[in-house]
Amino acid sequence: MAAVPATSQRPAALRAEGLSRRYGSRWALRAVSLEATPGELVAVIGPNGAGKTTLLQLLAGSLAPTTGAVERTGRIGWVPQQAAIYSKLSVEENLRLFARLEKVGDVEACVERMLDQTGLRDRAGEEAGHLSGGNRQRVNIAVGLLASPQALLLDEPSSALDPRQRSVMWEFVTSLTAEGTTVVYSTHDIAEAERHSDRLLVLADGDLLFDGPAAAFEREAGDPDLEVAFVRFLKERGR
Amino acid sequence: MRWLLLKDLQILRRSPLLVGLLVVYPVLIAVLIGFALSKGPDKPRVAFVNLVPPEKNDFTIGGERLDLSQYSDQLFESIDPVRVDTRERAVELVRSGEVLGALILPADATERLQGTINLSGGDPARVEVLYNAEDPVKRRYVESAIEARLAEANQALSQRLTEVAAEYIDIIVSGGEFSILGQTFSVLGLERSETILRAAIASLPADAPERAALEQVARFAQLAAENLDISRPILASIGAPVEVEQTIVAGKRTPLDSFAVAVAVTISLMFVTLLLAAGMLALEREEHAFTRLVRGLVSRAALLAEKIGLAALCSFAVTLTMLAGLSLFVGLDWSRLPFWLAALALGALAFAAMGVAIGGLTREVRAASLLAFLLSLPVAFLALVPSGSVSAGLYDVIQVISAVFPFKPALQALNAALNDADPGLLRPLAHLAGLTVGFGALARLSLRRFG
Repeated sequence: MAAVPATSQRPAALRAEGLSRRYGSRWALRAVSLEATPGELVAVIGPNGAGKTTLLQLLAGSLAPTTGAVERTGRIGWVPQQAAIYSKLSVEENLRLFARLEKVGDVEACVERMLDQTGLRDRAGEEAGHLSGGNRQRVNIAVGLLASPQALLLDEPSSALDPRQRSVMWEFVTSLTAEGTTVVYSTHDIAEAERHSDRLLVLADGDLLFDGPAAAFEREAGDPDLEVAFVRFLKERGR
Repeated sequence: MRWLLLKDLQILRRSPLLVGLLVVYPVLIAVLIGFALSKGPDKPRVAFVNLVPPEKNDFTIGGERLDLSQYSDQLFESIDPVRVDTRERAVELVRSGEVLGALILPADATERLQGTINLSGGDPARVEVLYNAEDPVKRRYVESAIEARLAEANQALSQRLTEVAAEYIDIIVSGGEFSILGQTFSVLGLERSETILRAAIASLPADAPERAALEQVARFAQLAAENLDISRPILASIGAPVEVEQTIVAGKRTPLDSFAVAVAVTISLMFVTLLLAAGMLALEREEHAFTRLVRGLVSRAALLAEKIGLAALCSFAVTLTMLAGLSLFVGLDWSRLPFWLAALALGALAFAAMGVAIGGLTREVRAASLLAFLLSLPVAFLALVPSGSVSAGLYDVIQVISAVFPFKPALQALNAALNDADPGLLRPLAHLAGLTVGFGALARLSLRRFG
């Protein structure tokens, strides 16, 4: 996978400038700036409480920043960590509902396309509450893709999936980036971030500590093993 | 087992709202009931106006002079009299709810009572009872309280009159002195008459004109006939020497069963709407769909409006069906249907707005349902407390609490719609509209705070 530097000359699909968010007296995120180009796959990693979810929520527009701004050139798809779909509705009904709320032109065609893309056609009539965690997550991602967004934001998308389901999901996400969709996701899994990213964003205590390809991060941390490099990197910076 | 217990305790410790409610709720209810029981008057407060001039305060029964206050004291054994000087002041107190009712003794009360006792004809003595009919339950309470007390007073008078009647009968049978209108008559009595007649009959030939003895017998016969004639009103007056005239100061007489319909429908409206609205909004959080929705798909205000509208529509349909069903058993005036619809619609909207305010504060359907139950039950209970049944200060507090929740105005609106009861339809409808806006704003704030 080709590394795309943060300062790419390609037009950005998503750009944030000086993003900060405060909860009471605690800063969850401090002055984070970034941009992502079309087709780029960006992994956001960091320890618990680093500000990963806050960053994605700010980029998605579901949370207002305390300071800073986000510039979006097209539609943004948002996939929260926990499946944000209705348990009592079937897969098809969920897709139809959100397609209508997204004001998609041809709702039925869009639902059909998503059922094919997610491989859930044979489960289309099943209540979402009866699906496995992996399949619920597929519906969750499908809802985020209904409006054919230019950028897709995923908050820990693989956390509830088994290895086989993860593999299927990453195949699907990779196919999206190949078609030009920008994907920004957060994860705790360092190996996953190394395997599935063009660029890494390393957050700790609300600060952006690194923005670049995984290989550059390993060099900076002085260890070829990304997980070891990550721990050392944080330790050296007192995090 | 103990690990499960420990885990549940940890969960409770991390749910301050739930724990707070579980602690505060029973304490609040206990304090409320305690206040109602300890601070409420032991006897119902009733205004008392005595318009009888002091010089006419006495009346005579069988030659014995009695003071009216003897009987009023008996009346006051079970009520807490608030003595006022004029009928107007009594009306004012009843209207304001400071007293449950008022008892007015007119200026001619003792004269009429004396007339009844003296068997001189005319209308019987009458006391006037004023009460506020805006709440049929309260009206029934006042009626029964005052009727019970007057029955006790009547019984005391009846007892004295029975004694008088017994004396009359004794005179008729045995003879003696009899006073009426200042004159004293000597009555022979039936027993002596019989003796005289027997003696006369035995000693005289069949055609002897013993006029004097026969004259006595004739006079006795006349008196006996007169006494028998007047014994009827005496016996009638024993039943109820004092009559009650009832006057409604405020409100209109509402049949208790129609009022019960209004209460039942309002309670159903409250539960259905609150639980639906609160539950549906909380479900958005529980399903994690809330953040997805408000990320540009739906505005928070539109989300609230949708929940309010749906909950109100469902409960409107349910309670209208309920009214139609109840009309099979209770006579309801279907010509007032437009008023029913207005009352149900505004009531449903206000309850729905309150429901989304509750739903906005909670993250789970179960917590929302619990909170809705905990809030609605005491509110309904307080709204049904009649004025005068608790102390004035506590009643003021109850009034304020009832005014900030939709139950009381919804009940007033529905009662007015069904029974044309006071305070009419417009005021409670305006109140409900205000509460809808207020709770809607509160829900919007709670979504901003907790969303």
